[in-house]
Amino acid sequence: MQKTALDIQAIRKDFPILSRTINGQPLVYLDNAATSQTPKQVIDVIVDYYSGYNANIHRGVHTLSQEATDKYEQARIKIQHHFNAKLAHEIIFTAGTTHSINLVANGFSSLLKKGDQIMVSALEHHSNIVPWQMLCERTGAVLKVIPMNLKGELELEEYYKLLSDKTKLVFCNHVSNALGTVNPIKEIIEAAHNVGAAVLIDGAQAAPHIKADVQALNVDFYVVSAHKMCGPTGVGILYGKQEWLNKLPPYQGGGEMIAEVTFDKTTYAGLPHKFEAGTPNICGGIAFGAALDYMNAIGFDAIASYEQELLEYATAELLTIDGLKIYGTAAQKTAVISFNVNSIHPYDIGSILDKLGIAVRTGHHCAQPIMGFYGIPGTVRASFSFYNTKEEVDTLVAGVKRAVTMLQ
Amino acid sequence: MTIKEIQEEIVDEFSMFDDWMQRYEYMIDLGKSLPLIDEQYKTDDNIIKGCQSKVWVHADLEEDKLSFTADSDAIITKGIIAILIRVFSGQHPKDIIEADTNFIDEIGLKEHLSPTRANGLVSMIKQIKMYAIAYQTQIK
Repeated sequence: MQKTALDIQAIRKDFPILSRTINGQPLVYLDNAATSQTPKQVIDVIVDYYSGYNANIHRGVHTLSQEATDKYEQARIKIQHHFNAKLAHEIIFTAGTTHSINLVANGFSSLLKKGDQIMVSALEHHSNIVPWQMLCERTGAVLKVIPMNLKGELELEEYYKLLSDKTKLVFCNHVSNALGTVNPIKEIIEAAHNVGAAVLIDGAQAAPHIKADVQALNVDFYVVSAHKMCGPTGVGILYGKQEWLNKLPPYQGGGEMIAEVTFDKTTYAGLPHKFEAGTPNICGGIAFGAALDYMNAIGFDAIASYEQELLEYATAELLTIDGLKIYGTAAQKTAVISFNVNSIHPYDIGSILDKLGIAVRTGHHCAQPIMGFYGIPGTVRASFSFYNTKEEVDTLVAGVKRAVTMLQ
Repeated sequence: MTIKEIQEEIVDEFSMFDDWMQRYEYMIDLGKSLPLIDEQYKTDDNIIKGCQSKVWVHADLEEDKLSFTADSDAIITKGIIAILIRVFSGQHPKDIIEADTNFIDEIGLKEHLSPTRANGLVSMIKQIKMYAIAYQTQIK
């Protein structure tokens, strides 16, 4: 096995929460796909903001407002560079992935007509299903589903067959939250473009592991949450190609998003402000930039290769447990392992692991259609980050064994 | 026995356990051993869908007293159900409406009754109280 180039013990010292104990045991945090932990470099930026230059942005002539505006706009440029967007104003700050998806779904209400088709993958999180169902209800468009196989991989041949000139939009996650499958989004985007459909890729689960290049992907919309990649909650982005963002109407009305207001008529501000009504999460945006700085300093290649090492190790070790079944065995996966042991309910395993200080996610992971596909109530999901260690994998495996002994 | 007395009895029993392992093992045993609900009542009408585990609950009125049967697909949830049924079953609706479930904190199982746990138990207690309210009007 390849030896890791990262100094994990040094990295772990950056994360204050990792020295916590839970129920008297050292915390083993394996719920990174739900939210990642925050390094002190990002926490410091949050503290600095509120202690040094907290002010409302874009409209103040005073120094604090200027400082806050500069930092906020610098963060936008950092995010632009990270995802290789052509223009800074193609990055719209939002409250997170769900907000970004709703913004686009709402915008398409005026662009779709009855009989148009929109397509989602079978691997979606509820937040990438429900807004599109609501869009279909509003417009009379029809929702089609790209099927998956038992390994948790999308069936591309079926997808190509479903595409037609009626297809207007395709939505797919870059990485599945429930199974960790990395989807072939390049092929998905290209095929959609061939029939003239736009594509939104949900990058929430991919962004902590894979640095996406939106220009190389030629994707129309790419959405991300900061809190899954070492940033704070309540902030994320919508990347949209300028031509698409100009086509979509504003999502919410309010301050910041206007050019001129009279009681007769309002004209809207240009990008990105058209979509950023009201006072934004200023501190969150700046901290998101700091989180990207932190992760880029470690390096996404090093992160990806170490996490693959953890995934391989954890997969092999977990499979030594009698009766353990892993759901999601795609060839391309991020470090997410969804599993059950015999017919033991995931809630029971999760409750006992919690007593042992091990944080995993149990349940349907807001992806009920996937659980329905496998005919299970849910899974136990362990999701790894670059600050996890092989010793923590060993603790997890021992914990699951102990839980199984108690429960069987 | 009154609800309060049963709760005190349960707290007493749990005080014999030294650590969480023993408490959980006891609950798992309760969950495994008790037949809790007649299969005919495991219907969609009686189901409480939590994000984590499912709970079924059914109530009958017998001579002014309510009896409950319930079940869950998770063993630990089922163990707690067994404890709750022991407390509430065979009681008058009025007493059920007025009762609290603070004893769960004392026996160290508080986390399972957290609304954020989404295991169906909080909704189950609510459902038990709803049954009590509904049947109380029948008695009058």
